[in-house]
Amino acid sequence: MAQNTASVRDTAIVEVDDVTTAFPSSDGGTLTVLDEVSLTLREGEIVALLGKSGSGKSTLLRTVAGLIAPTSGEVRYRGRPINGANPGVGMVFQSFALMPWLTVQGNVELGLAARSVSAAERRQRALDAIDLIGLDGFESAYPRELSGGMRQRVGIARALVLRPDALLMDEPFSALDVLTAENLRNEVMSLWAQPDFPTKSVCIVTHNIEEAVLMADRVLVLGSNPGHVRAEVGVPLPRPRDRRHPLFAQTVDRLYALLTGTGPGAPGTAAAPVAATPLSAPLPDVSVGGLAGLVEIVHSHNGQTDLPDLADELSFEVDDLLPLVDAAALLGFIEVDGAQLFLTEDGRAWGRADIQESKKLFARLSAAHAPLVRTILKALENSDDGALRDDFFLDLLRRGFSGADARVQLDIAIQWGRYAELFDYDADSGELVLGEVAAAFGV
Amino acid sequence: MSTPTTFAGHTTVGARSGTRLAADAVVLIGFAAVLWLLIHLSQGIAAPFDPSRDIDAVSTDPSQLPYDAARSLLRMFIALAASVVFTFVYATAAARSRRGEKVLIPILDILQSVPVLAFLSVTLTVWIVIFPNSELGVECASIFAIFTSQAWNMTFAFYNSLTTQPRDLDEAARLLRLTRWQRFWKLDVPSGMIPLVWNGMMSFGGGWFFLVASEVISVNNHTYALPGIGSYVASATAEENIPAILWAIAVMIVMVVGVNALFWRPLTAWAERFRMGDTSSQVPQRSVVLDVLRHSGVPRLIGRALAPLGRGLDRAMAVFGVADVPLRVDPRRRRIGDLAFAVVVAVALTWGTVQVIIFVQSSVGLWEFADAAGLGLVTFGRVLVLLVFGTIIWVPVGVWIGMNPRVTRFAQPVVQVLASFPANFLFPFVTLALIHTGISLNIGGILLMALGAQWYILFNVIAGASAIPADLRDAATSLRLSRWQRWTRLILPAIFASWVTGGITAAGGAWNASIVSEVVTYGSTTLTAVGLGAYIANATATGDSPRVYVGVIVMSLFVVGLNRLFWRRMYRLAERRFSLT
Repeated sequence: MAQNTASVRDTAIVEVDDVTTAFPSSDGGTLTVLDEVSLTLREGEIVALLGKSGSGKSTLLRTVAGLIAPTSGEVRYRGRPINGANPGVGMVFQSFALMPWLTVQGNVELGLAARSVSAAERRQRALDAIDLIGLDGFESAYPRELSGGMRQRVGIARALVLRPDALLMDEPFSALDVLTAENLRNEVMSLWAQPDFPTKSVCIVTHNIEEAVLMADRVLVLGSNPGHVRAEVGVPLPRPRDRRHPLFAQTVDRLYALLTGTGPGAPGTAAAPVAATPLSAPLPDVSVGGLAGLVEIVHSHNGQTDLPDLADELSFEVDDLLPLVDAAALLGFIEVDGAQLFLTEDGRAWGRADIQESKKLFARLSAAHAPLVRTILKALENSDDGALRDDFFLDLLRRGFSGADARVQLDIAIQWGRYAELFDYDADSGELVLGEVAAAFGV
Repeated sequence: MSTPTTFAGHTTVGARSGTRLAADAVVLIGFAAVLWLLIHLSQGIAAPFDPSRDIDAVSTDPSQLPYDAARSLLRMFIALAASVVFTFVYATAAARSRRGEKVLIPILDILQSVPVLAFLSVTLTVWIVIFPNSELGVECASIFAIFTSQAWNMTFAFYNSLTTQPRDLDEAARLLRLTRWQRFWKLDVPSGMIPLVWNGMMSFGGGWFFLVASEVISVNNHTYALPGIGSYVASATAEENIPAILWAIAVMIVMVVGVNALFWRPLTAWAERFRMGDTSSQVPQRSVVLDVLRHSGVPRLIGRALAPLGRGLDRAMAVFGVADVPLRVDPRRRRIGDLAFAVVVAVALTWGTVQVIIFVQSSVGLWEFADAAGLGLVTFGRVLVLLVFGTIIWVPVGVWIGMNPRVTRFAQPVVQVLASFPANFLFPFVTLALIHTGISLNIGGILLMALGAQWYILFNVIAGASAIPADLRDAATSLRLSRWQRWTRLILPAIFASWVTGGITAAGGAWNASIVSEVVTYGSTTLTAVGLGAYIANATATGDSPRVYVGVIVMSLFVVGLNRLFWRRMYRLAERRFSLT
């Protein structure tokens, strides 16, 4: 970049252009994971990809890395389309992805060996990287001898030793305990602040809203089914970031609202349930027990609470909490407004009910509001003997889900239906059978 | 391993360098001994070919035994090395090539079902043509037979580990832009090391059986004998020399135990470093031999000396390219390639089938297949009886051993030796008993087949029973289950998966053993049973190659068919209903 007038184009490291990614589904159709997503990583910025599970955020990161082929659209590195692993990026994995049979030094040197760096230089550069990330003294240790935090340091050293243009991080701190995560995050941020840090951009995937606000200059909020960019939120906070800054809480609240789909910029949430089908409105993967727990907690907060506070109180992250909130809202136990939760009348009743009553209430609400439960119930009622094979429903679900996800959806519906005593399931014969309760309700 | 232990402070420097010196000495002496043995033995292999060398020429002098045993052992290790190389190439090709996989894996599936000794009779002539003037041809045929008993299993295990590689490690390797060569040695081999070593050990144990059977080969009315412990026993049997057979059994036990202690145990202990995931709950494998090697500086010295060679290879093998998959492929070119590939495979398959049919039709007629299938049913009956009786006898015993940890610790190694001890060493005694009691080999053959095969049931049931979680057993006790309830509600369901594994291995072993169990000779008396094994054995001995082909094809069909129709369903049932996880 010798030119003085560097345009945006020159500072773009990775450009993702209208990428759609679809995988073949088991019934011969396709399953769209990303839908026309665009993203640019520019020099000097940290971008966070925030989304619930199933929003395709990991797929997007792997597309940037050149590990997954987009079905349409293009990924460019420094203006050149990539066809294979992106040569300008290093990646840090949630699971660390260290070779268990190589020492710390061996792991860090691995990428240098692949670039045929001489043995002496390889050794020196690896030692420097190990030093930089605070691992000196552990060069000859094997990953299994290290704690999770130390292992992730090795993962970071392995990525940084190659001096990548962009560093991609896939939920790098979510396998660590809260304190270790905080500590390591701070160290990464102080490396980033150093003027001679060779890496010019960081892209981090996270489901932790605070983490996104602590680190990123821009947060891309991804929506699900299929994954798309729902909103882009700039974080103009000074560094190092302070959680007590008024703008901080405000940004966190805004992101929560965007994620729950009730905030500004999230279209079509109110009218959705009417036309909801098992394919368009998948059941959130939660247990009835977890749902009851959430309702009880909101009940104990006098029927109203704030999502960030709740997450903080339970030390939950978005991925743990949001499915519960989604399910409770779907069934009509709570209402969500921005980052605020309100218990409905049904919710209050459910919180007070004894076990038989609560089952009845749950049966009524899930038969009315949970699309898949409703579909199963209708199909069973229309069958001759009130029984149908699970394959029938799996075949239906596979039009919109992968084989494994279809099974997950059916399992959730079975769990809910069993609790509600709407229908039962025989695992040996694979048959769903109408329960007695279903007839009484005459749904 | 220079991890300091808590006791490091107690050992003085002098004592440490003392152990190290002793370790160095032991390692160097061991190294020299192996080298000497190799040189000594290889002189024998290259000996000029003597087609008149018959079974009678093999000496049964016990002093000849160590040399014979060493020759047999060398054969085993050469076959093992060949199996490893084959495994690396074949499994990698199958796992990394989309089209290759579609052909290579079914082929492997079929090869696995072909009786091992059939390979011997079919390929011997080829080997003799390749090495016409030395013993090397027969030697190669024998090694090839052992190879076929080991390779398929190991290849499947390695292929499985390649296709189930953790996704994040695969992605890391691609992003680091490792060359194919680097990826193979830094990721593929290490992640497949544990299944490879354990499968190698099991297959090696099974290999002894075929080694013994392949050292004396009767083809085209001619008997070839190689110096080895197997031909020693064959010769002793022909001479009705019971003491010599007992000597051979003793040497064989020493060899099985020795190879286990000096080779497999250190290897499995060493392979532990390639275990993935959390290993803290595992009881570590220990090996004295490995400890000595680790204390000694010699392996490190050799490693350092070979390092430049490794670096050179690393650079040279970069020509294989980077282990990356292109993101874009031309769908039309891909479709055309697939089509061409399918056409070639279909043509080859059709041509091969037609050739075999023409060959059989023009020689013995296609009705021969029906005859062989009838005989196959008889042998199948024997396999069935073996499985039923093996289960009735060994499941209770295995459960008892497995559920008593103290007995398990003592019994497991013994059973391991029994499983790898070649049953054909015991054939002379059983044959003798059959001759004296006048019991027909039609029934006695079952016992001969069972001698080798039954241990797989016992071995697996022990493993299954010892893996029953303690809390389930406690629950059964606290619920005061009766003995009957305890067996039907807890024990049998819990060991079902292990029994299936044992059963399929035992059945495979029994089919293989039928070829040597349905025709047995002691001295001048030969007993013959009705069955497919005897059919193949006789056809091989008289050089009746159409019948050899028919017999082998029918037996393979039986094994493949039973696996598909019965065992695979059992596996699925075990996975769905009786899995403990």
